[in-house]
Amino acid sequence: MLKIKDLNVSYGQTQVLQEIGLSATEGEFIGIIGPNGSGKTTLLKTITNVLKPTSGTIVIDGTNIEKMGSNEIAKNVAVVSQVVSINFEFTVKDIVLMGRNPYIKSSESVEDINIANDVMEKTNINFLKDRMITQLSGGELQRVIIARALTQTPKILLLDEPTSHLDITNQIEILNLVKKSSTKGMLVIAVMHDLNLAAYYCDKICLLRDGCMISIGTPKQVLTPSNIEVAFNLPIEVMNNDRTNSIYVMPILEPLNEISD
Amino acid sequence: MTKFGKSIIFILVLLLISAIITNTAIGSTSISPFITAKILLARYFFIESTWTSSQEIIITNIRLPRVLLGGFVGAALSTAGCAMQGLLKNPMADPYIIGMSSGAALGASLAFMLLMPVQILAFIMAIITIFIVYNISVIGGKVPVDTLLLAGIAVGSFLAAITSLIIFLAQSPHQIIFWLMGGLWTANWDKVKITAILVTIGIVMLYRYSWKLNVMLLGEEEAQYLGVNVEHVKQYVLVFSALITAAAVSVSGIIGFVGLIIPHIMRILVGPDHRILFPASTLMGAIFLILTDTFARTIMDSVELPVGVVTAMFGAPFFIYLLRKRRDNLYA
Repeated sequence: MLKIKDLNVSYGQTQVLQEIGLSATEGEFIGIIGPNGSGKTTLLKTITNVLKPTSGTIVIDGTNIEKMGSNEIAKNVAVVSQVVSINFEFTVKDIVLMGRNPYIKSSESVEDINIANDVMEKTNINFLKDRMITQLSGGELQRVIIARALTQTPKILLLDEPTSHLDITNQIEILNLVKKSSTKGMLVIAVMHDLNLAAYYCDKICLLRDGCMISIGTPKQVLTPSNIEVAFNLPIEVMNNDRTNSIYVMPILEPLNEISD
Repeated sequence: MTKFGKSIIFILVLLLISAIITNTAIGSTSISPFITAKILLARYFFIESTWTSSQEIIITNIRLPRVLLGGFVGAALSTAGCAMQGLLKNPMADPYIIGMSSGAALGASLAFMLLMPVQILAFIMAIITIFIVYNISVIGGKVPVDTLLLAGIAVGSFLAAITSLIIFLAQSPHQIIFWLMGGLWTANWDKVKITAILVTIGIVMLYRYSWKLNVMLLGEEEAQYLGVNVEHVKQYVLVFSALITAAAVSVSGIIGFVGLIIPHIMRILVGPDHRILFPASTLMGAIFLILTDTFARTIMDSVELPVGVVTAMFGAPFFIYLLRKRRDNLYA
């Protein structure tokens, strides 16, 4: 469904992504992890063609995205970006409906409204429907933004640190929501910082460092002490969570009284 | 459009019609609104004449074109202001923000100096200015909004300096200065017709992009993710805002504040959805300028004030009142 081949991206003289290759099918939940500045967000932006690669190809369902118009890309790929702030007094309903933009010429059809209503129902934000977008909490806003992305009825959902500024309950609720979409056949690619949440939710993880993909595979294959040491320069311990049958990682920390100048 | 939106628009249409009739009736020769309405209707229907021919001439040849021109100019400035505020996401944006007024002013000054047609030169210079500003701002096929604003200010200052120089050297600078203050005293049917055509075209074209402008309010990157061709929308909105602003400025001079304040007031009233905000701003802009122009031409017995003076003198305090009353961000 999604095939990325030999992708190189630069900002001016600085190369940000080097020879990235990735192939993914519907229903997969793929996590992208790596330290700050390793090129995770850049990779997402390139998949939407907002950023043009210097070389390499991105193919969605057999079509190179360079050959797609912005509307066609938006019908296939939806994005939940890192920080969203909306200062205009639109209702939640209005904002979710904007997800139909690639299908709307001048005004929304009944079908567009039905799809938006349906998504709001499924994402449990019906009760927020008539609230102003400016008056929502962080968790509520993120849910609305995800609902808007789902309203695009995309094949691929890209999320850029969707939970990094949320409390633990909201993090899990949001990721459950996303996981549900992926089990229904959507390809989800999420940039994540929390390695344990990534290990729990993702089918596959790509580890980036300095623009290179240094490891890709199941959480167990990627989240090894040696990989994390190389990427993050941090010693970790990997343990097994018997309840969820997923792994979890712990940074190996020094006792506090040993931290001194 | 929601029920609320529809009723607001309906009320504004009624207000505009009554503003046109009553303001055509007001003037140094008193003619009742009732007779005025009959004279106006008699242009299209057969109505038995109960009025004198001089009354008819005053109404149809002098006052009506002026009121209509005021309406079109107000509609144009307010719609263009609304479009610029939405596009640039900047609360200070108005139709003149990227240097158009300075361009038009220079065109008019040159016309007065060289005894050329003021309207045409002002129009052309306004369009040239926005063309220059736009092309300065293009970087790698994209037009960053901040660059556009700053380029507009820079080009505007440059042109304003030339205008000042012309005023300083001019034989009769008062002509130029009067023009700069903005007024509708040169209204005639020819001007009404050409303004009506340009402004109607521009406004209709802007309305077509209401939905896209809504999505653009989410931010350029978000809009792009939602499939909006952001650079195309910018170009389109700039072109048609420029067209209607140039059409308005070239017949009326620099009338300030209408294009800034009316969209803000309507945004408070009807919200940020351009599908309602645009028509509401258009109608309110027309009503506002018709009323202020009547005030400008009748308040003093012997002279007419420039309407630009009146719009700011009334508009600014009212706007300050709104700013203070609404504690949270006005631009929301």
